[in-house]
Amino acid sequence: MTTALVLTTSGINCDRELAHAFELAGATAELVHLNRLLAEPGMVDRYSLIGLPGGFSYGDAIGAGRIAATLMREALYPAFVSAIARGVPIIAPCNGFQIAAQMGLLPGPAAGEPWPAVPARPTVGLAANDTARFVDRWCAVEIPDGTRCIWTQGIELEDAGRVLPVAHGEGRFTVGPDLAVSRLAADGQIALRYRPGENPNGSLDAVAGICDASGLVLGLMPHPERFTRWTHHPQWTRLEEPRGETLGLAMFRNAVAWAKQQVAAV
Amino acid sequence: MPTAVHRVEVRPRTGELDPRGAAACREAQTLGLARVPSKIDTAAVYLIQGELDTDQLALLAGSLLADPVMETATLGAAPPLADAVIEVHSLPGVMDPDALAVESAIRAMLGLRVQVRTARRFDMHGVDTATARQVAERLLGNPVIHGFHDEPWHPESFPTGTRSRAGSGLVVIEDMDDRALASFSRNAHLFLSVPEMRAIQAEYRRQGRDPTEIELETLAQTWSEHCVHKTLKATIRYRQQPGPPPDWADRPGHEIAPDGAITIHNLLKSTIVAATETLIADGIDWCLSVFVDNAGVIAFDDEHAVCFKVETHNHPSAIEPYGGAATGIGGCIRDIIGTGLAARPIASTDVFCVAHPEKWTPDAVPAGCLHPRRILSQVVAGVRDYGNRMGIPTLNGAVWFDDDYIGNPLVYCGCIGVMPREMIAGEPRRGDRIVALGGRTGRDGIHGATFSSSELTGSHADEFGHAVQIGNAVTEKTLLEAILQARDEPGGCLYSAITDCGAGGFSSAVGEMGCELGAVVQLEKAPLKYSGLSPTEIWISEAQERMVLAVPPESMKRLEEICALHEVELSDLGHFGTDDRSLVLRYGHREIGRLAMEFLHEGLPMSTREASWTPVPVAASTRRADEAPTCRDALLALLAHPNIASKRWIIRQYDHEVQGSSVVKPLVGPGGEGPSDAAVILPVPGSMRGLAIANGLATGLRADPYVMTLAAIDECVRNLVCVGADPTRIALLDNFCWPSCTEPQRLGGLVRAAEACYEGALAYRAPFISGKDSLNNQFTTDDGRTIAIPPTLLISGIGIVQDVSCCVTMDAKTAGNLLVLAGGPTTGAMGGSHYEMLYGHAEHHGELPAVDPAGGARAARAVAGLIDRGLVRSAHDCSDGGLLIAAAEMAMAGGLGIELALDGRACFSEDPARYLLEIDPGDLDAVTAALSDLTHVVVGEFTGDRRLTLSDAQLDVPIDELRSAWLGTLDW
Repeated sequence: MTTALVLTTSGINCDRELAHAFELAGATAELVHLNRLLAEPGMVDRYSLIGLPGGFSYGDAIGAGRIAATLMREALYPAFVSAIARGVPIIAPCNGFQIAAQMGLLPGPAAGEPWPAVPARPTVGLAANDTARFVDRWCAVEIPDGTRCIWTQGIELEDAGRVLPVAHGEGRFTVGPDLAVSRLAADGQIALRYRPGENPNGSLDAVAGICDASGLVLGLMPHPERFTRWTHHPQWTRLEEPRGETLGLAMFRNAVAWAKQQVAAV
Repeated sequence: MPTAVHRVEVRPRTGELDPRGAAACREAQTLGLARVPSKIDTAAVYLIQGELDTDQLALLAGSLLADPVMETATLGAAPPLADAVIEVHSLPGVMDPDALAVESAIRAMLGLRVQVRTARRFDMHGVDTATARQVAERLLGNPVIHGFHDEPWHPESFPTGTRSRAGSGLVVIEDMDDRALASFSRNAHLFLSVPEMRAIQAEYRRQGRDPTEIELETLAQTWSEHCVHKTLKATIRYRQQPGPPPDWADRPGHEIAPDGAITIHNLLKSTIVAATETLIADGIDWCLSVFVDNAGVIAFDDEHAVCFKVETHNHPSAIEPYGGAATGIGGCIRDIIGTGLAARPIASTDVFCVAHPEKWTPDAVPAGCLHPRRILSQVVAGVRDYGNRMGIPTLNGAVWFDDDYIGNPLVYCGCIGVMPREMIAGEPRRGDRIVALGGRTGRDGIHGATFSSSELTGSHADEFGHAVQIGNAVTEKTLLEAILQARDEPGGCLYSAITDCGAGGFSSAVGEMGCELGAVVQLEKAPLKYSGLSPTEIWISEAQERMVLAVPPESMKRLEEICALHEVELSDLGHFGTDDRSLVLRYGHREIGRLAMEFLHEGLPMSTREASWTPVPVAASTRRADEAPTCRDALLALLAHPNIASKRWIIRQYDHEVQGSSVVKPLVGPGGEGPSDAAVILPVPGSMRGLAIANGLATGLRADPYVMTLAAIDECVRNLVCVGADPTRIALLDNFCWPSCTEPQRLGGLVRAAEACYEGALAYRAPFISGKDSLNNQFTTDDGRTIAIPPTLLISGIGIVQDVSCCVTMDAKTAGNLLVLAGGPTTGAMGGSHYEMLYGHAEHHGELPAVDPAGGARAARAVAGLIDRGLVRSAHDCSDGGLLIAAAEMAMAGGLGIELALDGRACFSEDPARYLLEIDPGDLDAVTAALSDLTHVVVGEFTGDRRLTLSDAQLDVPIDELRSAWLGTLDW
């Protein structure tokens, strides 16, 4: 059985739709409360997919995802790294991305380098939108050629279907002094970009999502779990039939297919 | 190590953007000040009181409080970075959710219990301290809840709260005369009338004792207008002059006297509720629970029910709009959690009524009122921050502008929930524990119920500052998840009843739940935010994010485990059931109050109230024919009118996609700009059965609330039908906001609105399932002038969509398609229209439009039939602004042009019951045939050239020009 662990905790609020997306893609999904996972980090070994959902964990007090990342960083990092070593795909939309970046899971070590024994100091961040305001809209996106990301691999779509919704107040992708975004691009770690004119928050280089060097861990501000049927599309009443699979569902199918073939049992 | 207050500042790293500072600087330009800052730098400030050593402090600053990628932390205070420094700190006792979260994070990181307060620092360039302070008070904080400091504030210790006078002594009312009772009621903030005070006096004389303070407070809360709706439930004698009385004599609960006066026994029950009962008797079998619970419940499918409630939070929002709106939506969400055995909230709605922001200079705003721009931007922010954090999509709303809302804005918050059908009712059982879950109790929100039932004055901000609150959405979210887990336990629901702590706090919640059984409450068991609360304060505090459950003793252990997992605080306050059905209040070993439930719930004396109605004559023509604006000018001015202008600025701040259920979004069309008539969601994942959500508001027609009400019902129904809802599955909610109803003509207007609800519900076969009223919405200025709000009735509706793949949106789809006007007649009556608001009316056009509910219902069925058959490419209701506005909105939303052929006089009237439908020319015959018994006419054709043309009025204007006018007004 291919089962996804979908984390939930105080203030997380996209857990149920993330679980539903895994189920639509052919996996089963279980919601696991962070307090349970902190008590028993070894639980992670039972799962072949992981989702860190969106929301406002702990109210996004201090900064988006800060407190959740603080609680998870030391305690769960080893369990997540060992899951990555088993080939477990991990998706972290929105608040999940903010958490993953701050707990040292993204962008992760350069290709060929091992994961450090303790979480690395964060090098990418999701800052307040350039408008200083929460924004809910759909954005046209593109999947860069040569990305390593297994979630966005090989997806062919018509123009109208290359869109995803965003909804966040702190989603402006930025890098710290020790990292150049060109390095991420050169290494195929940009998994998703906003198309020209569609950048909703002033993100550096229009980056909407990045992956680690293995391509398994995807952090992104858009919500693919909110585009799993065509009636999600903001202009579905204008689109011609037939339309094929949606971008969001295609991403989850990629990961579930990967998990079914590639993930090693513990 | 001494306990000290440590101070940490966090600001963007040099070279990083400071979007919050840039936004504050932009917004400061709108304040009308002589000088404004050229730049504002912001920093977050954390004050931490506790035993921390230098290393621990550095660790907190570097890895918890500051993001190492984009921020830097300073211990203490950085020297001034600009000409003036202002800090905004919360006043003691004001909820600071971020501080609570930081405290628990520090506990987790270091194992230390500390106290935290958060604040913001603003370094303002190019202004002196006095100006900086003005910017802060008008924009960055509110003196009701914030303190302002002209330099970095670093106190030596945190202030502690003051202890209330202890105990709950006797209040000697036995010998008071009417005057003494009246002044006692006002001074003690009870807001009970003299007859009510007399009833209490008589009850205690009968018992041979005086009441205790806590007993009087319990009665005042329970008997408040807010909780018991005594005006709508009163017996009313209604007279109408001149002319014959209306033909209401046959309606339930109505009697007509020989002199033509109509006596209505319990207005609410005899109109709104009566309509629902009539419809149920007539075969509507999908109303599952109406007017009895915290929300109305209807069947959704064979397994699920949906419930809907709309509340108002007007008076708190007038004083502190951000907190008022946030706790408004928070309270309405708790109504949904407290319906039946709990529903999961799946959508929110919000409607605001404020004064025109552009018309008021800061000096013109009466003392004690906030500027409307500030009110609107802060209520939006409050709904945004609470709703988005709860993960509930805010999907539908409206804003109405009228200058009479200057002192008393309206904030309507709605919430919809879904639940299994077997969970729609609960009942406490004898012996059940009284369990409070969620937030702690503080002094916040005391007297909210009585405050909301009184009228606002210029001194209310001082007198009732304690009734204002800031919400903590995350507490409510964890509470929700814990409750739903307890509800869905494999062995069955762990509790037998649940309700929310709203107005009146524990006193209302426990008083209502224990109404049949009685209850014993140990008030010292309630967890407090800080010490020093008196038992009465604990009992009536309206602290947010609390629910009360009736829990069988054997379920307590499992419930405690679930609450521990979710970090939700649980307290056992006592039990339900006494031998004599009384409410016993204890504090420790002391009994401090004992009330008979019967007197509490049935002792309120109901009065007979006088209502009258004299029609307001139509004002004579206010302009000459040659003064009429050109069609082009009127079109542009109407599109820019704030009631009509795009609300994109508001809608985009709300997460309307969360939960992944959206089908028809609030904004539609290729640019994401088209204003949807209604939103559609999928309440049950995996099913294609949808729920449409809309509202109707026709305040322009307030000259006759009967017409206004029928028009609002019609608008709500049309909005639902336009997206594909089944018109035989529509349920409605009424929310009255009225000024004081002591004047007979005002009460007469309220009666007419309620009577129109009866007629409208029957005609559309759309039952009311819940509702609420908020009276006394008026403001008295320092110089004694009363500004009453326009009588305002919000009709909210939900409708079932049988299959969402048939849904239609309002954006025009294809050049060459025809635009058909269908439904009621276009009479040219301009009374109450937006055109009249701007330009007055010409001779003979000032009448209100006639409303024909039977015709409106026929139109709704016919249009729904066309949509069902796939013959409609886009549909839009023709309402605010009239036909030309609606047609322009469809073209703008679809990125197309339109060539109109219609009588110029028909452009701007707001006759109800009219739909605009986009039809493929090949389908025109089929459409015409289906509409044969309705007015219908082809009024235009969509074109690819992005121009709106109307040959009859020599109008030819680029769509982009219309779009700029329409998007520009509220582009904040």
